[in-house]
Amino acid sequence: VTSTAGAARGRAPGGPILERVIHPLDTILLVAALVCAVWSLVLLMLSRPVGKRWLLGALLLIEMGLLGQAVVGVVELATAHRHVSAVTFVGYLVGSLLILPLAGWWSLTERSRWGVGVLLVGCLVIPVMIVRMNQVWSGG
Amino acid sequence: VAESPLAEPSPGESSLRAATRGGPGRVLIAVYAVFALAATARSGVQIATKFGDAPLAYVLSAVAAVVYIVATVSFARGSATSRRVAVVSCTVELLGVLAVGTASLLDKAAFPDSTVWSLYGDGYGFVPVILPILGLLWIRRTARAAATTATATSV
Repeated sequence: VTSTAGAARGRAPGGPILERVIHPLDTILLVAALVCAVWSLVLLMLSRPVGKRWLLGALLLIEMGLLGQAVVGVVELATAHRHVSAVTFVGYLVGSLLILPLAGWWSLTERSRWGVGVLLVGCLVIPVMIVRMNQVWSGG
Repeated sequence: VAESPLAEPSPGESSLRAATRGGPGRVLIAVYAVFALAATARSGVQIATKFGDAPLAYVLSAVAAVVYIVATVSFARGSATSRRVAVVSCTVELLGVLAVGTASLLDKAAFPDSTVWSLYGDGYGFVPVILPILGLLWIRRTARAAATTATATSV
């Protein structure tokens, strides 16, 4: 998947340079979100959540990465001279920024272990959105 | 000070709200919110940019979006009335998933582009067909729990 996306991007003027910038970030964010998902799942299975603050801190870092991804993505879209479903692509970029703050807010007022369950849902949505925005970028 | 049932929720009402929104209900509402966001964004883009391609599918996407929004809000409110709305929207959702899922299997031509509910929500890990069932079960379970606390406090 990555190679075909890379080949498609390679044709765009300025594409190859930006590709190297955004791709590691995409992968890092995807893996980080999955790690946090596993972390939430472990906390959920414990009878009482411990260290939820550390998890929220990690999610804050991911959120900052997503913000960077959104900025890079919009710049990349503006400079790419090829057909990308722009509305959908920007929709995913902006939409991905909403997930973790909302999940964090909704989990804060829940004292029971189900609060981290909300964070688990948020963490699982992020990789899906990253994969989808890459599919949209490569014309899927 | 006169007692105003509208301004101050009764003990039964507030425990009902806490029961609906708390525990696993938190996660249920979170998943509903994700689907409300996803379906709204998807149908918004579909209708705004390419409505002519698959009008039926896109209208159904919009219907699904409305159902998810109503369900999210009514679970999150957790009042006696909103819980009844939640039951209705979960039922509509379940019937919708089953009807659209079956129709998309039988008549592929009518669904050139997929909706949230196509093929019983296979594009979303079949969560769309499981979610309304969980929603209805949750309403049933919390109603029983709230009934016990309500009788306990009123006696």
